[in-house]
Amino acid sequence: MASGPTKEMLAELASRPGRDTIVSTFIKAVFIGLSLLFLAALLFAPLVTVFVTALEKGYEMYFESFRDSDTIAAIRLTLITAAIVVPVNTVFGIAAAWAIGKFEFRGKSMLITLIDLPIAVSPVISGLIYVLLFGAQGWFGIWLQEHDISIIYALPGIVLATMFVTFPYVARELIPLMQQLGNDEEEAAITMGAGGLMTFFHVTLPKIRWGLVYGVILCNARAMGEFGAVSVVSGHIRGMTTTMPLHVEILYNEYNFVGAFAVASLLTLLAVVTLIVKTLVEWRTGYTRTK
Amino acid sequence: MSFRAPSILPGFGITLGFSTFFLSAIVLIPLAALIAKTGTMGWGDFVSTIFDARAIASYRLTFGASLLAATLNGVFGFIIAWTLVRYEFPGRKIIDALIDMPFALPTAVSGIALTAVFAHNGWFGQYLAPFGIKVAYTWIGIVVALTLIGLPFVVRSVQPALQEVQRDLEDAAETLGAGRFYIFRRIIFPTVMPALLTGFTMAFARAIGEYGSVIFIAGNLPMKTEITPLLIVIKLEQFDYAGAAALGFMMLVISFIMLLSINLLQAWGRRRHVAAGR
Repeated sequence: MASGPTKEMLAELASRPGRDTIVSTFIKAVFIGLSLLFLAALLFAPLVTVFVTALEKGYEMYFESFRDSDTIAAIRLTLITAAIVVPVNTVFGIAAAWAIGKFEFRGKSMLITLIDLPIAVSPVISGLIYVLLFGAQGWFGIWLQEHDISIIYALPGIVLATMFVTFPYVARELIPLMQQLGNDEEEAAITMGAGGLMTFFHVTLPKIRWGLVYGVILCNARAMGEFGAVSVVSGHIRGMTTTMPLHVEILYNEYNFVGAFAVASLLTLLAVVTLIVKTLVEWRTGYTRTK
Repeated sequence: MSFRAPSILPGFGITLGFSTFFLSAIVLIPLAALIAKTGTMGWGDFVSTIFDARAIASYRLTFGASLLAATLNGVFGFIIAWTLVRYEFPGRKIIDALIDMPFALPTAVSGIALTAVFAHNGWFGQYLAPFGIKVAYTWIGIVVALTLIGLPFVVRSVQPALQEVQRDLEDAAETLGAGRFYIFRRIIFPTVMPALLTGFTMAFARAIGEYGSVIFIAGNLPMKTEITPLLIVIKLEQFDYAGAAALGFMMLVISFIMLLSINLLQAWGRRRHVAAGR
């Protein structure tokens, strides 16, 4: 998060001679007004709607929504998927950040671009590629059928598609951070005889831990909330292969608005918690993210 | 330079090896499968799939709505970034934190929430309906959804650039008699422009591929409110893998072009930054 004007800047602004303050105040009011109006219409109103609609028929109906067995199954599938995807992508993110952040080698910027690729690709394509590989008419479709392995319309497909979509998040947080922090302390540790793992856990990890926390939390939020990619590979089998966002869609299309928005409210809370963690991390480290 | 510069730090081989292996397994090989699948189509089939009337209508909608949304983001994203960087007002920090909300919020949630707000009986929809303005289930709704999705990109890109603007230059210009608009045009805007363009392109790229938030508010009528990603899903549901792959290939090419443009814009911004002596 970018920091706002400092006290000194504001004091300096106020003391400037020659500013026609009426016009300044007017412009300021217009800018703040436009900003708030735009955000209110596009962001705040929809967020409030989620909770208002979820609680429309009272708290009892709201909590009743979570007793539905398909909803429980959807929550469980989402948790399982995130429990597989997030640790794997975290290990990848740390490995990639170590290789890219600590060493100079040829093709480094190419590697960074390729790691960012899933962010530029449509979520629908993220699902489509796995269908083309493992679907019934895909490259490995017949072989998989003969061996009675299902990937598409089953958990492995959902995990793969989610992994693709959330692949860059931990790496993206850690690479600039590691580059910025430099190698001096690690080199000192190695020179004094520490092993590679010891150096990582005792020297590097404490320096990057807040960036890592945010990367993991963001990766988790995206993993639990992914819709497009998972939608393509899931097959929408109710209570079996529907994650929470897909279950929101099913309930919504059945005009069960309380149920749909109740599940949506959980996902919204997840996003709110993610933003709180992000703000705390930035407040804690005081570093501005370099994007 | 040999493949890598010497360093006493360990773990280069294993971390780079693991990263490239994992990158290949999860990202590159599956994407290659898409290209290979498109390659199995005959040229004639490929052309007739991507130039089908329904496909062309979907490109027009996807690109038009994305362009409009990215432009709205450019304008309002700049205003919001300016407000957050230059003004102090109650709630500024909370609003700054909330800018990332569309990034953290699942797209399905923003989709149903926007639809609820803009439907004819929704909070805003009921006041727009008497004027004959329909947002939900029209192309306007698609633009609204894409604008929400793209918002953080412009704001987060412009904010640091605005902080970099040299205040002493502005002061100097003012002492020399420059008007407010002249200062903006000649000092502030040139500094911020690369960042603004980068943010615009990121928002545009994200909008083109967006699926989750759009399908709820779009109405999804063929030829009218059907975006290209949805057309891919429809082809997949009809087991037309090759057709889906051909459209997916087109979108992939566009994503590559977008990614390249973003990298070039960022490099341009950095060069200007260095040239300015900072």
